[in-house]
Amino acid sequence: MKFGIQVNEGPFTHQASDSAYLFAKAAIDKGHQVMRVFFYYDGVNNANKLSAPQSDDRNLVKLWGEMAEEHNVDLVVCVAAALRRGIVEDNLAEGFRISGLGQLTEVGMAADRMVVFGD
Amino acid sequence: MSEVEYDTRGVVKKFMYVNRKAPYGTIYALEVLEAVLISAAFEQHACIVFIDDGVYQIKKGQDTAAVNMKNFSKTYGIIEMEKEDADEDEDLDMVWRIIVEKESMEARGLTADDFVVNVEVIASDELAQIMSEQEVVISG
Repeated sequence: MKFGIQVNEGPFTHQASDSAYLFAKAAIDKGHQVMRVFFYYDGVNNANKLSAPQSDDRNLVKLWGEMAEEHNVDLVVCVAAALRRGIVEDNLAEGFRISGLGQLTEVGMAADRMVVFGD
Repeated sequence: MSEVEYDTRGVVKKFMYVNRKAPYGTIYALEVLEAVLISAAFEQHACIVFIDDGVYQIKKGQDTAAVNMKNFSKTYGIIEMEKEDADEDEDLDMVWRIIVEKESMEARGLTADDFVVNVEVIASDELAQIMSEQEVVISG
């Protein structure tokens, strides 16, 4: 099955991005495809390469990037939401790209299932 | 990362946007609104639903000066225009509905006349049925 995923919360305040990551990982492990993860609202903070969590904590920014590289997952950060929150090309983590909200509608149209993680 | 594009030619799906939060206090309402407006270009079916405190997003007479926020309630008029355009254009296979959940509206002492756009008022059990018929549900 082809999944589209939307992540609406940042990686530290809220569990949504952890749940989204673990869902995506489980789906891929089961042989499904994750076509795109779209980061919206504070979810754009998942793409901030300046994030430096403590060494004994999971680093979601890095984990997403590794998933993108290993499994060809398209990680898209909403440009309007990103600019509001100071996420720009200069501090964009490996594996992410910045694009428009149309990418959310597009993956909703293309995927078999759209799953939203948020508050 | 390079641009990834999916072939969506000819795809028309049922999208639902669920507005659950008050218009100010958090950014959810504004950013759902932005997503709905962008989606219009893709000519999909869309139900724009207001439940819980989300019904306040379209309440008439908002004055946001004291909270130092932009009053974006008038922007919902663009959704209504998109809906009317879709209704009038017989060549366009695009149905848009603007729905307020009856129980949420009544619990807050509101009526259908209190909103900046024309809405369908639908009870939660019927709304649940409509929701189950959707192909993509985006909530905020």
